Amino acid sequence: MFTGASQFALVGVIGGGGGVWAGAVAAVLLGSRNALYGLRLSSLLEVRGLKRVLAAQFVIDETTAMAIARDDPSAGRFAFWSTGFALFIFWNLGTLAGALAAHVVSNPKTLGLDAAPPAAFLALLAPRLRAREPLAVALAAAVVAIAVLPFVPAGVPLLIVALLVALFGYLR
Amino acid sequence: MMWAGVLVASLACYGLKLAGLSLPQSWLADARVQRTVPLIPIALLAALVATQTFSTGHTLVLDVRAAALAVAVMAVLLRAPFLVVVAAAAATAALLRLV
Repeated sequence: MFTGASQFALVGVIGGGGGVWAGAVAAVLLGSRNALYGLRLSSLLEVRGLKRVLAAQFVIDETTAMAIARDDPSAGRFAFWSTGFALFIFWNLGTLAGALAAHVVSNPKTLGLDAAPPAAFLALLAPRLRAREPLAVALAAAVVAIAVLPFVPAGVPLLIVALLVALFGYLR
Repeated sequence: MMWAGVLVASLACYGLKLAGLSLPQSWLADARVQRTVPLIPIALLAALVATQTFSTGHTLVLDVRAAALAVAVMAVLLRAPFLVVVAAAAATAALLRLV
């Protein structure tokens, strides 16, 4: 899994006491936007066969943003591949470092590490809130998630929110 | 069981990317799909922010994480980079627990 928000969500749900499958569904739903990115990128990249299999793993927020920001298609392709390789290597090295360092930290709470994931989600969310409708959707989702949380298993608030926003988007 | 879930989610996340690159352009070009899909991460990320700040397990709680989130909001409004936002929130929670 190489798509940050999904990874954070899966770990977050499991860490919050939720089931791995609730976390998995949330992760996949968060990853659904990458299909739209892929669609957007396919005419630019024009990749076939093995090259497409490799390119697909690199289809994420950052590579899409870097690629479509270029006016010249060859510059866009270069931006996609260079961003993809660099992020893939450093992201996974960072993940490995975190996994190894976790054994050193005796109580993550004294370092405030339980406050880090919400801040990370917020930082991922903020750039998507530049219009009024996304902001309203975000606020409504937060309220619904908090409202249902005491009554359903951990992780399930995310699925309820996903279902409601899909209905909203589709019926509107 | 745990790793089965991780593996299935990983394969599905990869499959979505590959599908995007492989499907004909018209497939996901439907206006309703184009409108709805970007809203899903927005709603899920907002729900994650809320639940991971204001709850422990099944209980709603108000603790230092709320103050940390407030600091993160300020950092975001100041256009701070990702790592600065996260570090500021963690430092806030750590400092408040010290006092």
